[in-house]
Amino acid sequence: MTSTVEPEVGRARLRKEDARLITGRTRWTDNITLPGLLHMAILRSPVAHARITNIDTSEARESSGVLAVVTGADLADEQGSLPCAWPITEDMKAPDAPSLAVDTVNFAGEAVAVVVARSSYEAHDALDAIDVDYEDLPVVLDMQEAIADGADLVHPGLGTNSSATWIFDSGEAGSGGNVDEALGQGEVVVERTFRQQRLIPAFMEPRSVVVDPTGEQITMWSATQIPHILRLMLAMTLGLPEHKVRVIAPDVGGGFGGKLQVTPEEVISLLVARKLGRPVKYTESRSESLQSAHHGRDQIQKLTMSARRDGTITGLKVDLLADMGAYLRLVTPGVPILGAFMFNAIYKIPAYRFTCTNVFTNKTPTDAYRGAGRPEATFAIERMMDEVAVELGMEPLELREKNWIKHEEFPFTTVSTLTYDSGNYEAATEKAKELFGYDALRAEQAERRAQGDPVQLGIGISTFTEMCGLAPSRVLGSLSYGAGGWEHAAVRMLPTGKVEVVTGSSPHGQGHETAWSQIVADQLGVPFDDVEVLHGDTQSSHKGLDTYGSRSLTVGAMAVLKAGAKVIEKARTVAAHMMECSPDDLEFAHGKFTVKGTDSSTGIQDVALAVFAAHDLPDGVEPSLDSEATFDPENFSFPHGTHLCAAEVDTETGAVRLRSYVSVDDVGAVVNPLIVEGQVHGGLAQGIAQALFEEAVHDESGTLTTGTLVDYLVPSAADLPSFTTDRTETRSTTNELGVKGVGEAGTIASTPAVVNAIVDAVRHLGVNDIEMPCTPMRVWQAIHGGAR
Amino acid sequence: MRISVTVDGTTYTDDVEPRLLLVHYLRERLGKTGTVVGCDTSNCGACTVHLDGHSVKSCSVLAVQADGSEITTIEGLARDGQLHPLQEAFHDRHALQCGFCTPGMIMQSLDLLADNPAPDEQAVRHGLEGNLCRCTGYQNIVSAVQDAAQKMSPGAGPEVERVGDEMSGRHQARTPATSSGGE
Ligand code: FES
Ligand code: FES
Repeated sequence: MTSTVEPEVGRARLRKEDARLITGRTRWTDNITLPGLLHMAILRSPVAHARITNIDTSEARESSGVLAVVTGADLADEQGSLPCAWPITEDMKAPDAPSLAVDTVNFAGEAVAVVVARSSYEAHDALDAIDVDYEDLPVVLDMQEAIADGADLVHPGLGTNSSATWIFDSGEAGSGGNVDEALGQGEVVVERTFRQQRLIPAFMEPRSVVVDPTGEQITMWSATQIPHILRLMLAMTLGLPEHKVRVIAPDVGGGFGGKLQVTPEEVISLLVARKLGRPVKYTESRSESLQSAHHGRDQIQKLTMSARRDGTITGLKVDLLADMGAYLRLVTPGVPILGAFMFNAIYKIPAYRFTCTNVFTNKTPTDAYRGAGRPEATFAIERMMDEVAVELGMEPLELREKNWIKHEEFPFTTVSTLTYDSGNYEAATEKAKELFGYDALRAEQAERRAQGDPVQLGIGISTFTEMCGLAPSRVLGSLSYGAGGWEHAAVRMLPTGKVEVVTGSSPHGQGHETAWSQIVADQLGVPFDDVEVLHGDTQSSHKGLDTYGSRSLTVGAMAVLKAGAKVIEKARTVAAHMMECSPDDLEFAHGKFTVKGTDSSTGIQDVALAVFAAHDLPDGVEPSLDSEATFDPENFSFPHGTHLCAAEVDTETGAVRLRSYVSVDDVGAVVNPLIVEGQVHGGLAQGIAQALFEEAVHDESGTLTTGTLVDYLVPSAADLPSFTTDRTETRSTTNELGVKGVGEAGTIASTPAVVNAIVDAVRHLGVNDIEMPCTPMRVWQAIHGGAR
Repeated sequence: MRISVTVDGTTYTDDVEPRLLLVHYLRERLGKTGTVVGCDTSNCGACTVHLDGHSVKSCSVLAVQADGSEITTIEGLARDGQLHPLQEAFHDRHALQCGFCTPGMIMQSLDLLADNPAPDEQAVRHGLEGNLCRCTGYQNIVSAVQDAAQKMSPGAGPEVERVGDEMSGRHQARTPATSSGGE
């Protein structure tokens, strides 16, 4: 056997996953064909709010190749209500959420009827022949109007458009002072309102589902981030016996929170397949995806911050309105609540109150989108720090430094009750400033201002943190979330010494197969290529809580390590027996058990074969080198970093050019720097896209006017600059690996860095905010109309 | 309508509906599922293949229009188990995450390099404008294309034909060009 001398962890291993993906040997859900497979197409509501008075399906049923046309009325008795796992308050108002609309539609794009046919073309042909009569109802689109007295209601039965109001108050929690007093006594008080526009996750692989009802179990393949949660929720929603459902997430083409959902399309496909007794496939078009897959963000954020003249922040009050859209999906209500813990960010804020009202509108439901709650909070606080700095006449980095938690103050319990285990904001900021050439750029900025250059330069800062590694189950319980936050893994050593690792964390581009292999190769001392990582199938990976919230490494890989440690302990007993010594006399390193102080040793891969043969095992030892483990973290992890953006703004056209972007992230220990860097790049692109390009826009009738990739501006290579990315490394102290998570960092940090840079470029022209996305039009209007 | 096309070296003759899109013909009739569909407005480029040597978005071509043509998809790029330099470069530079955009990106990059064998960063970015990736932020894709350009350039001699070992068992470590201090 080979022992690995250079540790795997920390190496920039090229990914195992790539071999299939670069040659087209892929297994996307839409690739799956089965004998007798039928194709489903969905008729969606063209209107945002209406009563369905009649559906005439007779002509569609006659259409060529059509096996069935199904409406909500046909499924009413069995479809149940789509699950919401996060009732944030006891009195939260939650409407019934049918998968297929029964008598009303509440957003444009809601599923109204389906056709099942021999081919997808035939199914779509028949959709055109379905006739639906709608009786229009008043459309509710604006959150502020929605909660005003006498507003029209999205769900009249609930009596209000307000789903819930959730409050955190540091005075009441005992974690800080009374915010009203703090604001009342503030030497400087700044109030700002920011708008988080509505975004669309826009994963590149459209959602797709195949259901095979033949056989003992119903099998569902789905382009999902959450095969395990999906299986459980299908069982609970539809009353199916859980053990009769198998869910498989094959290759999944991105998710970004957008596939963290139990979707109407999955439920309908399952019910229809079961009805017909034949396998059914549904793959959405991009337009359907943009319209009907859940959206993200969409908040109005009012912040009030008080400070002393010397720059010490004394209080922060946050009032949010969060748009739920028409229904509460899996974690819709909890998304803004995740932000509640992040508004205080890296700062020592002595008094804090957060109030959030969740509001229904006749729009596509919102839910998790990369960062979920934390980008919103980070944007607002980092924008606010700039605003307060201006008010105080302070350099914005100085204001931040004056208030941030110092390296020597960790662990630090914040005003919102989280305990940050570690961090070094000084180091990350220092490095970022240097890479960026901060002082030189400030000098150039001053010069351009003095000269009245039509192209002005702005510098944007974002010194962010986030809570990752979702999540300690006890904390989730205290927030009324419906499940825990643990993760499960199994490590199995096969007779030939090869290793199977089963993880409950279900990747869709993150590179688990490579990273987990590195970790296990080090731990068991086996070659990297001897490790196979299995995931995403409830049959091989029976237990798990899947992938979101930058949890895979911090929680999922910790479960793998725990299972691996058990394998080593089992092997130690057998090795001791083989070598006729006591287990305590053995040291394990680089895959070998060595009798202490001697050079007599046995490799773990040899032990594996001996265990398989089981001819001579010590008494009471099972013939297996398999172990399972479930890891529940004790705390979150807190990646942080300093991002700096230089933006050039053409004051005559409003055009923005990102001249340079520097990110220094501290994600703790790094398993694979290549993967980490890739995650940062992709995250930056998405955060910058929010700042500059993307917005889901509805017209006054509630129709999504950005319903194709022509109008919803996912940036291309030509729209983005190159990034300078670097890291500092402050190990997390809450997990053995010292890791913190990196999936969301870039997205969370970059949006405020970019907007701060743009505002900074034109602040001397009387601008103190520009709504996102900062299109040339908006920037021009801000400049020429003065403050917004 | 009866059509005859050669896809990745194999000739197929089929009766197809006039409205059948080339991408659906490839995926559903020929089982060429390496080529994927990411949109319905010809914006994403995920479906890019080569038609008689030039890249096309196979979602905006009818199967009947491809009659008599030669088509290369991502599945036909590697020869005798040897990866194409672009495939290698995408792997080496970590230019993919979920990999859904990758077939289209690689096929479009190939076209780009045919037109401009030594593109600078901006030329690569503009040449890939019609291909969307939601995962990578494009930086590593740009660097992969430039890396492949170098390996494929005429001056690189036998490197043009150098198409690397079969992938399994060759996950060597490398230091990413941009891991510290950026570009
Ligand atoms: S699927 Fe062809 S361009 Fe999007
Ligand atoms: S790698 Fe996922 S879309 Fe490009």
